[in-house]
Formats: sequence, C-alpha cells, structure tokens
Amino acid sequence: MSDDQLQVLVFLCKWSLQAETDWAERTQLLPNVRLVEVPCSGRINPLFILSALQHEADGVMVVGCEPDDCHYKEGNFLARRKLTTLKRFLKYIGLEEGRVRFAWIGDDERGKFHRLVEEMIAEVAALGPAEKPAARLAR
Amino acid sequence: MAASTEQLVQKRIRQEARRLLENGEVELVIGFEPGTLPMRAAPAFIRAAADAERLIWGPFCENSLARYLVGLKGHKVAIVAKGCDTRAIVALMVEHQVEREQVVIIGVPCQGMADQNIIAGNVPGEVLAARWTDQTITVEGDGFTRRLRRKDVLFTSCAACTHPNPLIHDSLAGEPVTVWSDDECAQIAAFEEKSPAERWAYFEAEASRCIRCYACREACPLCYCEECFVDHTTPRWVESGVTPAGLQGWHIGRAYHLAGRCVSCGACQRACPMAIDLVYLTGKLNKDVRELYGFEAGLSLEELPPLATFRPEDA
Repeated sequence: MSDDQLQVLVFLCKWSLQAETDWAERTQLLPNVRLVEVPCSGRINPLFILSALQHEADGVMVVGCEPDDCHYKEGNFLARRKLTTLKRFLKYIGLEEGRVRFAWIGDDERGKFHRLVEEMIAEVAALGPAEKPAARLAR
Repeated sequence: MAASTEQLVQKRIRQEARRLLENGEVELVIGFEPGTLPMRAAPAFIRAAADAERLIWGPFCENSLARYLVGLKGHKVAIVAKGCDTRAIVALMVEHQVEREQVVIIGVPCQGMADQNIIAGNVPGEVLAARWTDQTITVEGDGFTRRLRRKDVLFTSCAACTHPNPLIHDSLAGEPVTVWSDDECAQIAAFEEKSPAERWAYFEAEASRCIRCYACREACPLCYCEECFVDHTTPRWVESGVTPAGLQGWHIGRAYHLAGRCVSCGACQRACPMAIDLVYLTGKLNKDVRELYGFEAGLSLEELPPLATFRPEDA
C-alpha cells in the first residue's frame, strides 16, 4: 500500500485557522486527508477517535488552539486532559503510539498546520495501514 | 472461642438496621443475607425492623451495594458500606447522583473479601460449608477440610486495596482496620514494563473471551448512564457483535469512561462470568489520573472528577 492510500483523519478546531488568509491551509490538503472541523477541541469525545480508528482511519490527529487561546476560554484545557489520558491508555494496551496525535496551533503560527499534517502522514506511513481490530473493523 | 471481628460487626449492623427502621429514619436498609450456596452472600433489602436479623457480615460480602443507590433517588435508605463502597458513594455524590441527606451509611471497616474461585482452586472437591476467623477461612466438603489463610485468597482488587476503612459514615460497625497495601497500582506498573506486543497480545486475548453480557457494567457502581455508549444506535459508536472490533471497542470505551471515576472496588471483574481481567484497564487510568492530576476517585466531596476540570499548568 502506498502512502497516498493511507487515510488520515484530522479534527480541526474551526477557530484555530479562522483568518481568511488561513483558508488555503484548510483546503489544500492531500486527498487521503479527511478534515473534520469541530467548534472546539473540547468537543472531541474520545469515542470519535476510537470510532475513526475502527473504521477507515489509519491515523487520527486533533488540532486545537494553544492553551490560553481558546475561543471558549477553557475548551482546550478540558480537551488536553481527555486526550492525554486517552493517548496514554491506548499506548498501555499496546496500540501503536503514532496512530493518535494531538497538536496545538498558536495564532502566530501560519503554515504550521500543513507541517503537522505532513508529519502525521509520514508517521502513519512508517507504521503502515492499521490492521489491529481495535484500529480497524473486520471486513 | 472468642467472637471474630466480623461476628461483632454483624451484630452491630443488625442493631443499627433495627434502630433505623424502628425509628422510621429510613425506609430501607441494604445489606447482605446468606446466599443459596456456601461462600456466597446475597444483597438483602430490609424494610421491617424484625427482618434485621437476616443481615450478615463476613468475607463473602463482596458486592458493591452502592450500585443500588442511583435507582433509589428520593428514598431514604441505609446502606452497609465497605471502604470501596463509601468511595463509590462519595463519587456518586460528587456527580450529583446521590444526595448526602438521602443515605445513612453504616460503615464497615473491611478485612478484604475472599475470592470463591481462589478457594475452589485450593480444595479437592466442592465446598459445602465455610466458616472463618480473622485470619483464616475453613472450608469443608465431601471427605475434606481445608484451612486457608485469608490473605492468600483475597480478590485482586482487595489485595491491593488502600482504603479498606469507610471514608464517610453515619455509624461505624467495627474498629478501623490497619491498611495492608501501600500501592493500589503496583500491578499496573508491572504491566507497563512489558513490550507493546505483549501488552497488545494480552489485551486482545482478554477482550476476545468477552460475551458482551455487560455484567461488568451492571455491577459497577459508577456505570449509571441511562444509555450506555455501546447501546447507542445513532450513531453506533462500537460494533454490536462479538467481533474483535466490537469487543475491543467495548473494553476500551468502558474503561475509558471510568477514567478518574473508578473507585477500584473490582466489582466489574468479580461480576465477569468469563473471568476476564478488567481491573488492569481501569487501574491504568486510575494510576494516570493520580500521577498527572493528583486525583483518586471517591476521596473528596469537594474535588471534581479530573476530566471535568483542569489546571492551566497541566502537562
């Protein structure tokens, strides 16, 4: 399987790339990257990530605003606790670490989003397609 | 022979239950009565003072009775509660599922509950009778009698328990016991040392035996969602069958939903008819929230569950 057949799902806080000049970053993505905008990284329920891994995704990334920069003041702080514990838990049961990733974008970090997505694709490509049933529905 | 601690505790539970029902302080006392088999106690629901004599206490009263409180909203209830059960009650109060005024807690300092399966594995035939002292459990069957040390037959969660004494109570049915474990998470740390492949193999094997009866969920005092994520159909979060994906999804989702809420009572694992290891999953989350956020569930009425709050300086 070549890299461009791998599916990477990205949850993106809609406020973190809100400026008009950022729109290109959101739209000019490789075809194997599926972007889901969420109102805030705090909206992410760990079930979204589990479900994505069990369906199509070989990797899932959540991108939110830097702590202290949340549009809703505290959504990303709450997300940080949820996502940190989830990531440690998935590692504990033996799931490959690189399949789930969380990152923050500051409002002065134009261009970082593309870099993050590229890094994520490279990381997932190194792991190959997800095969474990927890990370892929039996077909 | 002098009465064992548990016989005295049993006497005091009966006295307190009788008093509460006679005075009309509660409508119902939830405790234990003898089960239909040796080494079994069954939850008892006592409504008349005269029935208080049915109540028992011993090393087989392992069920978490706190499980019943959420379904008794609006009723004044007394409950017999071990250390772990009081943690569950505290956690339920923090989550606004139980009101402090609604419940009278008959606290019982717990000596650890005995695992019938471990005992059964140590005797040559079916156990027909059991009796106990503070240190030993003696079981009898056809042509054999065996005396076992209690500390050798405790449930995994009981052997590791760091809170055997009730954290809150209205009356205490015995003297506080000395804590025997200094780390609830020692086994988790040992599992973390294994390679990712070994950890995955263990998770996969344990989950694969699951028959999805959801006994773990029904036994858990903190699993009170009216609609469990696994019963949700729009969207269906996790496959409903006993496929690897469905089973693993259930085991991940169940444990994770207890992150920072699990009180380490071990009720899930005791309820499992397939003897699946469940405590090593919730135990990891307990260990992490303790390390990361300094939180242990059910110890404080003021502190919010760790995933419902944050500190700006969190890692």
